Amino acid sequence: MTIEEIDPTAVPGVEAPAIGEELLSVDGLVKHFPIRKGLLQRQTGAVQAVDGLTFNVTRGETLSLVGESGCGKTTTGRLLTRLLEPTAGKIVFEGRDISHLSEGKMRPLRRDVQMIFQDPYGSLNPRHTVGKIVGAPYRLQNVKTEHGVKRAVQELLELVGLSPEHYNRYPHEFSGGQRQRIGIARTLALRPKLIVADEPVSALDVSIQAQVVNLLEDLQNEFDLTYVMIAHDLSVVRHVSDRVAVMYLGKIVEIADRVGLYETPMHPYTVALLSAVPVPDTKRKGNVKRIRLEGDVPSPINPPPACRFHTRCWKAQDICKTVEPPLLQLAPGHQAACHFPENQAGEVSTTPAATNQAGN
Amino acid sequence: MTEPADNTVQGTVQRIERGEAFLDVRDLKVHFPTDDGVVKSVDGISFQLERGKTLGIVGESGSGKSVTSLSIMGLHKRGVAKISGQIFLDGQDLVSSTPEEVRLLRGKRMAMIFQDPLSAMHPFYTVGTQIVEAYRVHNKVSKQVARKHAIEMLDRVGIPQPDKRVDAYPHQFSGGMRQRAMIAMALSCDPDLLIADEPTTALDVTVQAQILDLIRDLQREFNSAVIIITHDLGVVAELADDIQVMYGGRAIEYGTAEDIFDNPQHPYTWGLLGSMPRIDRERTERLIPIKGTPPSLINVPKGCAFNPRCNYAHLNGGASETERPELLDIGAGHKVACHLSPKERQHAWETDIKPKL
Amino acid sequence: MFAYLVRRVIGAVILLFIVTAVTFAIFFLVPKLGGATADDLASRYVGKSAGAAQIHETAVRLGFTDPLYEQYGRFVKGLFVGQEYNYGPATEHCPAPCFGYSFLTQQPVWPDLVARIPVTASLAGGAAFIWLITGVGTGIISALKRGSVLDRSLMSVALAGVSLPIFFTGLLSLSIFSYGLGWTAQGGTNPLDETNPVWWAYDLILPWVTLAFLYAASYARLTRAGMLETMNEDFVRTARAKGLTERTVVMKHGLRSALTPILTIFGLDLGLLMGGAILTETTFSLPGIGQYAVIALRVNDLPKVLGVTLVAAFFIVLANLIVDLLYAVVDPRVRIS
Repeated sequence: MTIEEIDPTAVPGVEAPAIGEELLSVDGLVKHFPIRKGLLQRQTGAVQAVDGLTFNVTRGETLSLVGESGCGKTTTGRLLTRLLEPTAGKIVFEGRDISHLSEGKMRPLRRDVQMIFQDPYGSLNPRHTVGKIVGAPYRLQNVKTEHGVKRAVQELLELVGLSPEHYNRYPHEFSGGQRQRIGIARTLALRPKLIVADEPVSALDVSIQAQVVNLLEDLQNEFDLTYVMIAHDLSVVRHVSDRVAVMYLGKIVEIADRVGLYETPMHPYTVALLSAVPVPDTKRKGNVKRIRLEGDVPSPINPPPACRFHTRCWKAQDICKTVEPPLLQLAPGHQAACHFPENQAGEVSTTPAATNQAGN
Repeated sequence: MTEPADNTVQGTVQRIERGEAFLDVRDLKVHFPTDDGVVKSVDGISFQLERGKTLGIVGESGSGKSVTSLSIMGLHKRGVAKISGQIFLDGQDLVSSTPEEVRLLRGKRMAMIFQDPLSAMHPFYTVGTQIVEAYRVHNKVSKQVARKHAIEMLDRVGIPQPDKRVDAYPHQFSGGMRQRAMIAMALSCDPDLLIADEPTTALDVTVQAQILDLIRDLQREFNSAVIIITHDLGVVAELADDIQVMYGGRAIEYGTAEDIFDNPQHPYTWGLLGSMPRIDRERTERLIPIKGTPPSLINVPKGCAFNPRCNYAHLNGGASETERPELLDIGAGHKVACHLSPKERQHAWETDIKPKL
Repeated sequence: MFAYLVRRVIGAVILLFIVTAVTFAIFFLVPKLGGATADDLASRYVGKSAGAAQIHETAVRLGFTDPLYEQYGRFVKGLFVGQEYNYGPATEHCPAPCFGYSFLTQQPVWPDLVARIPVTASLAGGAAFIWLITGVGTGIISALKRGSVLDRSLMSVALAGVSLPIFFTGLLSLSIFSYGLGWTAQGGTNPLDETNPVWWAYDLILPWVTLAFLYAASYARLTRAGMLETMNEDFVRTARAKGLTERTVVMKHGLRSALTPILTIFGLDLGLLMGGAILTETTFSLPGIGQYAVIALRVNDLPKVLGVTLVAAFFIVLANLIVDLLYAVVDPRVRIS
């Protein structure tokens, strides 16, 4: 790539981003990991980690991908940042198809698309100082900063609530929450447009979780960041997201804005997920009717045919085993893939969030 | 049921007193001397638990909650950990018992399930072998009888086709099934006390709900005392009758679940409640985190361990920084370790905290 | 599982062919690269008085002038069906498996190897038995008593064991126990000549112990490290929580996992030794493969060296294969996935 001179003061928010403009669009995204077996190592099957995702991310919003283990949310995150190459489908970032860009061509784009990882320790090189870690993006992308890299890094450290004096310390000297802040500082160094955060707070203590959630929100407001958040904690997701996509076995089963999803979930799986969240309220103990799903999530190697949820769904009929329900818009901004959706217009909500709010 | 079960070891135990409740922990301290100083993981906690009841121990990492459970089970190496105080299990003090005496109780009268069922089961032995082993240590039965018992236990915890699954290895089970198998193993000798250390943290939310239901059902069936250790207030709210909130190796608040959730009295408990987004309430604009980070257990802050992170410490005229508050009863068994006067506390809770939750 | 086995065996066979090819190339190509002609090679196989024409004739007869791949093809063919060597005075038959024919001793290599393999096997097997028991035992004790005086002294001895070369410990023990105290054999005998197993062991006890000391030391360190790691595993805590005796916890739950990586190393070490314990065999004058190789090297008897190399490679590949298969037996996770 060519060496670019960049004036850091000009980087953040140069082009005033139009809110509501499409930043990222994903169309029919598929990722299969082949399984090889036998004498000749022939491909006998595939882990269908991600199997046909279509969604958009608008500038400035937070879209969360939620689901249980094996639903493909982490794989999706790695596809969006192009740490993995999709088997099929298209990823378009700012009007440019990045689905099969080579490593070299992807490099300038890495400045715009960054990732935050779950394990704040595992993703920081223990032999590098904080200064070196946070400053690495500048060196890798050959970005010149006005007052030198050190000054820029120290500003970043302050931005994420660390002290500039931490510049020469090593990751092991920090607590989990502080390490996550270091990771966030590194992510922010190049003023990205899109941040894919894979379980950014789930390894942290409750009190620290809240600090980091608030920090992420502040940074979003300050720098007009767009987040794709990958998480399993539905309470945290509700707090941070504008829109939520619920995934099950490699497919999006429901995608809607926050209020729609939490108050009138349509897919039975979403209803079950929400109903399973333990709530810190003793009054609910034992006297709330819960939807309890049977068994575990099936293997993504051999997902059930048609609607993948039919093996655990209490509403499943014969059609669910033969015809795959398409992801349809059932209400404004609310899509679900189900033959027998819940909470359709006119129906009374049965979800915990909604009932409680009705009572408030 | 309240009669202490006959136990051959019991006669040899020196009994100073028998403790009041089925499980009676008194001033338990667990200290680990290290090169950097003494790590006071648990520094004086007391609680009681009856059969059929569930105690939730809540705290963040390093609060001493797991160390407490391991010391009840006698799983700390003597010599490495310095343990003082008393732990009466049905009248027998575990701290002054010999390791062999405690071993005979482990698995039989008190059992434990762990956070990560994959690493907690031996990868080289079948699930059945591991349950049979747990059963046969304490019961003189043939392998066939023990195997039959293992299959029964797997069936009881809801594992389909238990007669086939008994011969499977842990890695062939899904996460939820593994945790069920762990529970089957823990309950194989029908223990009176079950300790669950973050039993659902590694599980998916729908599976977590199943496991919590299972623990609740089994407790009713076996009438055992249960200690559930977790950082998730939602999980304790599901299961616990009483809750102990720990911070820096000590209990800072103790009460019924209703006390803790509806009328919490310690600023740290408030902080925990404010930190977690609630799915059952109107969405708040911002979470209210606790400032700072949990203390190092080598250098616990003087006075109240929470004082550097507390928004109310300045109200106590310096007492928070110098004097350690004791865990005192503020009425009907609700205990709190805080220098704030009851009036100030009630005021802060009603005006500052409650409206924002 | 069966497919896995077949795939591994095929892989091992292919590997052996590559090893033979490379070894063959080294022994027959490298001298040529160094400037030696086919005649130079052949000159070693004829008398000192031979003239240039006679040497050249020999070179042609022995096939040194043929292209290398033809020579290699003949060699491989010889491994399966035997080979005729015509080096002038007579035609020698080298029956299958023909590992080459030594023109210096005028004998095929294979019978020599067959006679010597049992000596090396006795040495390696006995030593392995001793080091496995003492090394692993020491490692367990050290791990369980970590930080104690016992642990530290055992580890110091182990460090010495790893650092001291065989010819030092071997000569030292020979001078003390054989020449000094007269308790053991003085070496130089063929233990296989003994008809009584007690005498067989008597001849070998000193080499066994010397060789085992070296390996036991490193096994003790490995076992200790492995035990320290596994005893901190969650499943060991679970085993204790079940109320198992400490003995069961250590032996059944801790050791089983800690031993798995040691199994790998053990297989490879044993395979390596089967190809000749050069230092030990030389120090104690044991007529094994290693000693054979040393003698052959000294007189530049290439066919012998080639034969030993191939046998050694065979044992290593075989050991590798056995270890991989054993791993599947030991660890069910490998077996099923």
